[in-house]
Amino acid sequence: MNSAWSSFDFVLLWTDALIFALVAGVLVLVFFIRRQEHLRAPWRAVAQRPMAIGAALVLSVFVVIGLLDSLHYREKMPDSPADAPHYSVDVLSVFDALVGDLRTQQEKTYSEPMAMQLYAKEFVQRDGVAVREYPRLKFGGSHLRHASEREPDITRRSLIGLAQGLAVSLLLFGLLAAWQARRAQNSFGEWFMLWGEGRLDWPGRTVAVIVMLLLMMGGLLIHLAAAYHVFGTDKVGQDVLYISLKSIRTGLVIGTLTTLVTLPLAIGLGIAAGYFRGWIDDVIQYVYTVLNSIPGVLLIAAAVLIVQVYVESNPDLFDTAARRADIRLLALCLIMGVTSWTGLARLLRGESLKLRTLDYVEAARAFGVSHSRIISRHIFPNVFHLVLIAIVLDFSGLVLAEAVLSYVGVGVDPSMHSWGNMINGSRLELAREPVVWWQLGAAFTFMFTLVLAANLFADGVRDAFDPRQGGRR
Amino acid sequence: MLAYILRRLLYAIPILIGVNLLTFALFFIVNTPEDMARMQLGAKHVTPDAIERWKVEHGYDRPLLLNAKASGSAQLTDTIFFQHSAAMFVFEFGKGDDGRNIGNEIRTRMGPSLAIALPVFVIGLLVNITFALLMVFFRSTYLDLWGVVLCVVLMSISGLFYIIAGQYFISKMWNLLPISGFAGGVDGLKFIMLPVLIGVVAGIGSGARWYRTIFLEEIGKDYVRTARAKGLSEVRVLFRHILKNGMIPILTGAVVVLPLLFMGSLITESFFGIPGLGSYTIDAIQAQDFAVVRAMVFLGSFLYIVGLILTDISYSWADPRVRLQ
Amino acid sequence: MNALLNVDKLVTAFGRGDDALRVVDGISFHVAAGETYALLGESGCGKSMTALSLMRLLPDGGHIASGSVQLDGQDVLALPEFDMRGVRGGGMAMIFQEPMLALNPVIKVGTQIAEALELHQHLTGQAAWDAARALLDSVGVPDAERRLDSYPFELSGGLRQRVMIAMALAGKPKLLIADEPTTALDVTIQAQVLEVLRQLRTEQQMGMLLITHDLGVVAENADRVGVMYAGELVEEGARDAFFAAPKHPYSRMLFEALPRPGDGGRLTTIPGQVPGFDNELQGCRFAPRCPYAIARCQSESPDWQELNGQRVRCHLAAELPVRIERELTAHAKSTQSEEPLLQVDGLKVHFPVRRGFFQRTVGYVRAVDEVSLSIQAGRTLALVGESGCGKTTVGKALLRLIEPTAGTVSLGGETIHVNNAATLRRQAQMVFQDPFSSLNPRMRVADILLEGMDALCVGAAKDRHEVMTQLLRQVGLPEDAGGRYPHAFSGGQRQRIAIARALAVSPQLVICDEPTSALDVSVQAQILNLLKDLQDSLGLAYLFITHNLAVVDYLAHDVAVMYLGRIVEQGAAADVLSSPRHPYTQALVSAVPRIEAQTGQRIIRLAGDQPSPLNPPQGCHFHPRCSHASEACRQTFPDPTLLDNGHWVRCHWVAAQS
Repeated sequence: MNSAWSSFDFVLLWTDALIFALVAGVLVLVFFIRRQEHLRAPWRAVAQRPMAIGAALVLSVFVVIGLLDSLHYREKMPDSPADAPHYSVDVLSVFDALVGDLRTQQEKTYSEPMAMQLYAKEFVQRDGVAVREYPRLKFGGSHLRHASEREPDITRRSLIGLAQGLAVSLLLFGLLAAWQARRAQNSFGEWFMLWGEGRLDWPGRTVAVIVMLLLMMGGLLIHLAAAYHVFGTDKVGQDVLYISLKSIRTGLVIGTLTTLVTLPLAIGLGIAAGYFRGWIDDVIQYVYTVLNSIPGVLLIAAAVLIVQVYVESNPDLFDTAARRADIRLLALCLIMGVTSWTGLARLLRGESLKLRTLDYVEAARAFGVSHSRIISRHIFPNVFHLVLIAIVLDFSGLVLAEAVLSYVGVGVDPSMHSWGNMINGSRLELAREPVVWWQLGAAFTFMFTLVLAANLFADGVRDAFDPRQGGRR
Repeated sequence: MLAYILRRLLYAIPILIGVNLLTFALFFIVNTPEDMARMQLGAKHVTPDAIERWKVEHGYDRPLLLNAKASGSAQLTDTIFFQHSAAMFVFEFGKGDDGRNIGNEIRTRMGPSLAIALPVFVIGLLVNITFALLMVFFRSTYLDLWGVVLCVVLMSISGLFYIIAGQYFISKMWNLLPISGFAGGVDGLKFIMLPVLIGVVAGIGSGARWYRTIFLEEIGKDYVRTARAKGLSEVRVLFRHILKNGMIPILTGAVVVLPLLFMGSLITESFFGIPGLGSYTIDAIQAQDFAVVRAMVFLGSFLYIVGLILTDISYSWADPRVRLQ
Repeated sequence: MNALLNVDKLVTAFGRGDDALRVVDGISFHVAAGETYALLGESGCGKSMTALSLMRLLPDGGHIASGSVQLDGQDVLALPEFDMRGVRGGGMAMIFQEPMLALNPVIKVGTQIAEALELHQHLTGQAAWDAARALLDSVGVPDAERRLDSYPFELSGGLRQRVMIAMALAGKPKLLIADEPTTALDVTIQAQVLEVLRQLRTEQQMGMLLITHDLGVVAENADRVGVMYAGELVEEGARDAFFAAPKHPYSRMLFEALPRPGDGGRLTTIPGQVPGFDNELQGCRFAPRCPYAIARCQSESPDWQELNGQRVRCHLAAELPVRIERELTAHAKSTQSEEPLLQVDGLKVHFPVRRGFFQRTVGYVRAVDEVSLSIQAGRTLALVGESGCGKTTVGKALLRLIEPTAGTVSLGGETIHVNNAATLRRQAQMVFQDPFSSLNPRMRVADILLEGMDALCVGAAKDRHEVMTQLLRQVGLPEDAGGRYPHAFSGGQRQRIAIARALAVSPQLVICDEPTSALDVSVQAQILNLLKDLQDSLGLAYLFITHNLAVVDYLAHDVAVMYLGRIVEQGAAADVLSSPRHPYTQALVSAVPRIEAQTGQRIIRLAGDQPSPLNPPQGCHFHPRCSHASEACRQTFPDPTLLDNGHWVRCHWVAAQS
C-alpha cells in the first residue's frame, strides 16, 4: 500500500539546497560562538538591546516563512497510474500547503483590499438583461448575502482574530513567567515586578510586547484572510497577500545567498592582500579595482543576459518553470556576490595590514609559526567581527537592490514572486482612476518591515561588535 | 605630487584594459554573436541566413581575435576585438541598434543627466552634513536618538517608493510640479525640481547617518578636548575643528562619485522621462542593445578611474599630512 | 585660605545611582599663586579626572557629583557654561600628555594659537599672529616665524609640546594644569620642556598643577605633593619633607619599588594592583595591598592626621617603622665565560626610500648602522637610547623579524642564516613592550603558551601541557590562568604571560624590548624582580632594550648606548652610568630626574632634537647637538677609544683627552 508520501515528489531547487546548507552553517557557527567568550559576550549585548531583540523577533517571522517556502514538492496527478506516476508541473512548497486556499482562490482581475466586488465594471446577465455593474467576487466575501453585512463581518472577524492572538500571547507569557520565576526561585509576583520595571537581565518588556503584537497580527490576518482578500487581488486576480508572503523567500535568498558568495572571496582575498602585501596585494587590488570600476547594474545586466541565453539553449536541464526561475535567482545571487565582495575585501585588507604589524603576530613569527597558521589563528579571529557586521549590514541593501534590478529588467525571473516584480507590475496602474494602490502598498509594507527590522538588528550587532562605536548611540 | 598623479594615470591604463578584456569576454566569448542574434531575432525568425545577416549588419561577422584571411596588420585590426573593444580607447563606440552614433548620443545626453545628478549631489551633501552636525551637536539626547531612528527608517525605504510617492502626491494629487519630462534652459527648472527633491530625500538616511559616525569619531579625539580647554564654544569646536577634520573622509568619499554623475541615475531618469544617459542605459538593457551596454560599461569604468585619481588629488589637497609628505 | 585654587571635597562620578563609579572621591587641596602642586599617582588613580573636573571637561557620562572648586575666589562649578568658557584658557589652562593627538592635525600651529588669543585677548589678524610668535619665542621654539606656518605633524614631539604650552599661555592663565606633560617625550627633551615650565612659572607667577606618575619629575619641579590612590588623596606635604620621609605606606612603597642607581637591592613590590572603581570600597583603599594593614584598616576609612607638617590618611602613620629595608641580593656574579652566547658583527638594517615617478630608491634610512654586540650566557646587556635611535630594530633584526641588510649574527657559536632560523628561534625569544598588543585577544593563555612549542616541536606533545602549567607557576600566575583569555588579566600579569610565552621554548637568550615601560612603577618592580629571578634560576642572557636608565642600573651587567643607529659608548653598566664619557651619554644620564637630594649636578641640556635617520649628519651623528664638537667630528665618524675594563667610546673629544 502506498503511503501518503508517495503522492508527492520532493523537489530540491538549487537555492533550497543552499538555504539549508546556510542554515546548517549558521547552526555550526552558533555552536562555535557559544564556546568563544569573545564572540558570545557581544551577542549577549545584542540580546540586551530592546531595539535589536525586537527587530530579531520580526526577522525570525520572515525567516520561518521563508524556510517553509523553501521545502518544495510536486503533487501527483490524480489520474496518473500508480506504477508510473505523473506529477504536476506546479512546484509547491510546504508554505503553499499551509496557507491552503489563499493560493487557489483566484479572482478574475483587480479587486480592492477586503472587497466583495471586482474593481472594474463588467456586463453581467441579470434577469436576461445585460447590466454593467461591479460583479461579485468568486471568493472574497462570497459568504455575504448583502453588501451591508460586510463591515460588521469584518469587525467581528478582526475582533476574534485579535482576541485569539492576545489570548495565545497571554498564555505564552504566563508559561514564561512561571518558568522564569521557578528558575530564579522567585515568587510569580516578584518576577512580574522585575519584568514590569525592566530589571530582568534581558529586555522582557520589549519581547513580550513584540510577541503579543505579532500574534495579534497573525490572528487578525488568519481570520480575515479566510473570507477576504486582505490586500486585494492583482491583475490576474491572485491574492496580493499570498504574493507578498511568497516574495519573502525571494528577498531572503537574495539577501543571504549573495553574502554567502561574497564571503570566501572577500575574506580570502582581503586577508591575503593585507597579510602578504607585495605582488599578491598588487594583483588582488588590480582585480578589485577593475571589478569596482564597472558599473554594477551593467555587469549584472550582462551576466543575467548570459544566463538567459544559457537557459534558453538548454531547455532539457530545466524541466519546470520553477527550476528556470530558480537558476536565474541563483545566477543573480552569484553575480551580485561577485560584484559586491570588493568593499569587505578592502576593509579586511586594511585591517590585516594593521594586524600583521602587531606584536602578537611578530611573536608568532619569532616562533616560526607558518603563514597559514598565523592567518587562521591570529588574523582571521581578529577580523571576524568585521565580517559579521558586514553580513548583517549588507542584507538590507541587497533586499532593496532586488527591487531596483527587477525594475530595470535584470532582476529575478518575471514569473517569480518578488516585491520588485510587484512594484514593477503595478506602477503603471497608478495612472488609473481610482488608483490601484494595494499592490504597491503591500510590497511597501512587507519590504519596509523586513528592511527596517534588518537595519535595526544590524545597528545592534554593529554597536555590540565594533569597539570603536561601542557604547555610543 | 605631479609624479604621483602621472603614476596614477599610468596605473589607470591596465585597469581600463582589464575592464575592456572583461567586457569583451562577457559579450563575445561567453555570449557569442550567434547567441546574441538568436536572442534578438526571436525564436521564430532564426535561420542561419538571418543570423548571418544580423552579424553583418552589426559588424560581428569578423573573427574574434585574429583574422587569418587578412594580411599584414589587418590580421589584428580586422577583428571583432579591434573594431569593437579596442576602438573604445579612442572613444569610438560605433552605432547602436537604432543606427545612431553612440558617441553623439552620449554627448547630447550628458547634459540632462548632469542637470539632475549634480544638484542632487551638491544639495544632498549640504543637507546631509547639516543634518549630521545637528545630530552630533545634540548627541546623547533624545533629539539625536530620534534623528538616528529617522535615518534608519528613511534608509529602509526603497528608492522606488520615494519616486512613486513623490510623483503621485506632488504631481498627481496636488498638481505642484509636472510628473515627468524635460526641457532645456530655465523652462527645465520645473521638470528638474521634483527629481532633485526626491533624490536628496532618498539619500538623507544613509548619508546623514554615515557622516554622523564620522563626526562622532572625530569628537572623541584629543584635539577636541584641547579646543574646548582653550575656551572655544561648542559651536565653534564643531564647525571649525571637527568639521575640518571630518570633511577629509567626506570629501574624498564624495569625489569618487563626482565623475560618475555624468552617467546619471538609471531609475530617476527612467521614471521622470529625462533624456539622459541613465535612461539611455536602461533602454539599452531592456532592448538588449549590446553595443550601447558595452559603451556604457567602458564609459562608467573610465569615469570611475577618473574619480579615483581625483580622490587622490583632493585627499592631498584637503589633508596637509598627505600634501606635504 | 588665600589660595589661587581651592578644591574642596570634589567627587566625580561616572553613571548615576547605585552603579556610579566614583573616580574622584572627595579630594581637597589648594594651589597658591607661583606654586607648583604635584598630584602623584599610578595610572587609573583618578588624577587626570581630577584635572578634567576642574576644567569641567569630563568625557561623556562623567559628572561632578559634589564638592566645590574655587579659582581666585570664584566658584567654578557654579558658573554657567558660557562664563566657564572664559575660565577655560583664561583662568586656568591645560596641557595634555600626547602632543601629537592634542593638536588639531589639519590646522596650522599659528592659527591654533591665534584662536586662543582672539578669544581671551581679543587680538585679531596680524596682532594675533605677532602675539603668537612672541609666545612661541617665549617657550623656546627656534625660528618661531616659520613654525607658525607649520602643521603639527611637521614638528617634533618636543616642539609640539612647546606649542601646546604656548597655546595654554595665550589666555594669560592664573593656573596651568599640566597632565603628564613629558611622559610621551624622551628624557633629554623632557628636561627641556620641564625647564620651560619652571621658567614660566617663576616669570609669570602662575600656579601650576602638575599631574604625573614620575617621582623624579615631582622631586625636581614641585613645591608641594599630593599622593592619589584609587580616587582619594592619601598623603600631602611639602616636597622636601615628603621626599625625606614619606608617611603613607603606599608612598613609601612607591619609593621602594623604584630602581635606584648604585643599589643592587631587590625591589620592594606592592602586591596586587590598583583596585577598579567598581569594587566595593570600604575602609582604607590601600588596605588589601598594605603589609601593615590591621583589622581596623579593612573596616574604617582613615581620616586626615597631621605629622610633622605632612598630612596623611593612615591609621598607622605614626607607628610605622622608619624605613623598610631592602632585601639585598647581589647580582648573580656569573663567571665570564670565554665564548659569548650571542655575537653580532657589523649589523646593518637599511630601509630603502623610494621617490618620484619610477619609485627609484633615492636613499636609505639607516635604522641600524654597523652595530656589533656580544652577550655571555647568564648576563644582561642593556641597549639604551631614545626613541627612534634604532634599538628596537636591532632586537627584531637579531630574531630575523626584520631581514638585516648586512652583518653576521652567531648564537652559541653557530652563525645564523636563513636555513637554520629554527635553531635561532629555539635559542632566542622576545618579550615585547606593550602587553596589550603582544597577546592575541582571541586566544586562550594556554594556546598562547603552547603555540611556540607546537611550532618548534619542543618536547613531546603529551608533556607540553605539563610544561605549560609549570611555566605559569614559574612566572607567578595561578594555574587556572591557562583557560582564560588575556583580557582577564592586568598589564603586569599580561607581561608575565608574555615572558612565559618566550620561555616556553627554553631559550638561552631573551630579548626584552622595553618590557616595563607601559607599566606602573609598582608593577614594573614585580616584573624586574621576576626577570632577575629567572636569570638566576635558568641562567638566561638578556638583551634589555630600554630608554630608562634606572632600570639599566638595576638589571644590567653591561650597557651599550645607541644614537641614530650607531653604538656610541659601551661598557660595564656601573662604569658607564657612574662615569659616562661620551657627551651624549653624559647628557642622557644627567637629564634623568632624580629623587635624591640635589647633588648640585648640573643638567646638561642638549640643544634641539635627534635628527631624522633618513638624513643623518655627516661624521659623528651627534655633533650638531654636542658642545664639544670640533671640525673632526663634522668630518669623520670616530673610531672606538678603549678606556678601561672593556669600556669604550666613539668620540673624538674623548680620544683627544686620553
